[in-house]
Amino acid sequence: MQSLNAIKTKKTLSNSNLLFLIAGIIFVLMYLFAIISFPGSFLQFQTFFDLFNLNAPLIIMTLGLCIVMIVGGIDISIGQVCALVMMACAVLLESQMGSVWGALLLALGIGIAFGLLQGYLIAYLEIQPFIITLAGLFLAKGLLTTLHKDPINVTMPAFVSLSDFKIVIPWLGTKNRLGVFIPCEIKPGVIIVVVLVVLLAALMKWTRFGRNVYAVGGNEQSAMMLGINVKRTKFFAYVICGLTAGIAGFVFIMQIGGANVGSAALFELKAIASNIIGGTLLNGGVGNLLGSPIGTLTLLIINELIRAAGVQSNFQPIVSGLMLYIFIVLQSVVVWLRSGEKFKLALPSWLMLFKNEKKN
Amino acid sequence: MRRLKVHVSHLFLPLSVLVLLIIINLIKGADYFSLTVVKGALYGNIPNILFGASELVILSIGMTLVTAASQGQDIGIGAGATITSAVFVWFVLNTGDATLVTIVAGFLISCVAGLVVGAFNGTLVSVFKVQPMVATLILFMSGRSIAFMIDDRLSPILANDISNQIGTVIPGVPLQTPIILTAVFIAIVAVVLKTTNLRLYVESVGINPSAARLNGINPKKIIFLTFLIMGICTAVAGFIAVNKAGRHDSVNLLKFIMMDAILAVAIGGNSLSGGKFSITGSIIGAYTIEVLNRTMLRLEVEPESLPAFKAVFIIILMVVASPVVRDYAAKAVKWVRARADSGAIPVETGTTDAAADSNSNTPAKTET
Repeated sequence: MQSLNAIKTKKTLSNSNLLFLIAGIIFVLMYLFAIISFPGSFLQFQTFFDLFNLNAPLIIMTLGLCIVMIVGGIDISIGQVCALVMMACAVLLESQMGSVWGALLLALGIGIAFGLLQGYLIAYLEIQPFIITLAGLFLAKGLLTTLHKDPINVTMPAFVSLSDFKIVIPWLGTKNRLGVFIPCEIKPGVIIVVVLVVLLAALMKWTRFGRNVYAVGGNEQSAMMLGINVKRTKFFAYVICGLTAGIAGFVFIMQIGGANVGSAALFELKAIASNIIGGTLLNGGVGNLLGSPIGTLTLLIINELIRAAGVQSNFQPIVSGLMLYIFIVLQSVVVWLRSGEKFKLALPSWLMLFKNEKKN
Repeated sequence: MRRLKVHVSHLFLPLSVLVLLIIINLIKGADYFSLTVVKGALYGNIPNILFGASELVILSIGMTLVTAASQGQDIGIGAGATITSAVFVWFVLNTGDATLVTIVAGFLISCVAGLVVGAFNGTLVSVFKVQPMVATLILFMSGRSIAFMIDDRLSPILANDISNQIGTVIPGVPLQTPIILTAVFIAIVAVVLKTTNLRLYVESVGINPSAARLNGINPKKIIFLTFLIMGICTAVAGFIAVNKAGRHDSVNLLKFIMMDAILAVAIGGNSLSGGKFSITGSIIGAYTIEVLNRTMLRLEVEPESLPAFKAVFIIILMVVASPVVRDYAAKAVKWVRARADSGAIPVETGTTDAAADSNSNTPAKTET
């Protein structure tokens, strides 16, 4: 047991990459399984693209949250900030002076404003991030319901044409039952996802800020002794997270063309779960930005599979909880196996006693 | 004596917030403390607060222990309480007549269900080393569906005299029953913490699990134990909540209580990254949240913008309590004292207390 702990702390970073790999492999395996069991729907490229088309906002949010989690914090306000952005944009677009560019600026502004506020309070006043972002969640929720209570459908022509805009891939597609060729379609949100993944991954990998984030998350004291501006690094991590929440809100309203009080509810928990599945630890200092989209896709494919299998809607959460359970336990076991020690269930001693007696 | 002083100054923040809120309420209307007797039972603002916060208090006790030991939070408590209360309702409705025996038996069975829920989360956290927030995410996602499966229909009604009395008031007793149950629960927890080594073990595991293990404490066992206690807390909270409501609504029962429970732990001056804890602080924090909610309704804040005002209040509270602001306050107090010692200003009685408060600082943070 002693050696197990010692090795584990040494190889934490590589373990994170391992978790990322496991998530990737499981995603591929699950997709193959889905293709084998439901060839009709999962063999189409459109189904794969729809995973991105429908969940672009969640993936964008996950990216920002990943940076905050690597720096050692947490942000649970992102879901409600996203909902607030959607509602504010919808109200602006429906009013007389609305314009698409104005809405985009508003979305980015709200996101950055939340990031600035929370980042300042957490980094410079050293308040626990969970509480501040919980307050941020309440604040966004309160502002949202104060702003507008009823669902809004945006009818502004310029915006509707934007939200209907699709990128068609003419050489990729399927034939439907009548033999008509239907090309694959990609929403502009997917392009934003790809651009953001590349940008943020480059930021984390090759810039001074990115390396600072890892250093601060790993050990604040030693980072400070190395001359890193810990507070500023934390502050900018939260600002980036707020910004991505704002972008996610705009992408979401572009996708569904309206806003509702309940939209984007509990996205923050989904985002946290996706990041952890993708190999980012809540303690900070460990993680891979590319892991977050993989983690999100793994979570989503679980849901897609359950929906395709035709489980009754009341019991869908149970099945998806069960899959998540199996997944988490599997991850944990694989990390143990890798740590060099022969696999043994590290049960508490009072349960071990029972086992030994059986053997004797 | 010094130890007592440190302990009291620890509670300075939550208590001062509570006092501030009560003063606001008194300014709004002087009849805040007025009590009325209806059919032999006391009603009024204070009993209503104690009544309304009972589940939150019980859950925040469990949350304090879990936070202290495992350095993470349980977000599945609302769903867990829904499952345990579903078991309770299932048992009571299936045994025919509801007598005192069946209610007590149902409660005990729901406690067993709570232990199972706690053991599930505890195994994941202690044995499989999953982070608590992820481990409890599983039940958070699936718990309400499981409760619905146990119910087998939408919101079964619990219509019998005894559960009605547990939810409201027993004839001849001047206090509402949930208040009494909460008080009994707090007393039991206090006795357990006083007579056992639980506090020492939990704190040492929370501060440094490896160091605790080298000193002969099994961190896995302690973390598992805190989750079992959390399970009992969810069972009691679910029992009270379902008897209060009189029906088991598996969708909305204790829906967003995990946020409030974590907030209560933080307002009580506990570090959310584990280590030293104060149950008294959490209890006061839980009552503070209830008072805050009711104060805002009393000040006629629109229900839609209520969360925003709550958020502003929390932010102000946390800014005042933050280490940086405390340091500034300590410096200011020192400066005033230095001036006073040199004879410029006579010593004020209030400054010494404030100095003791700011020196003791927030609970020990564990940097892992």
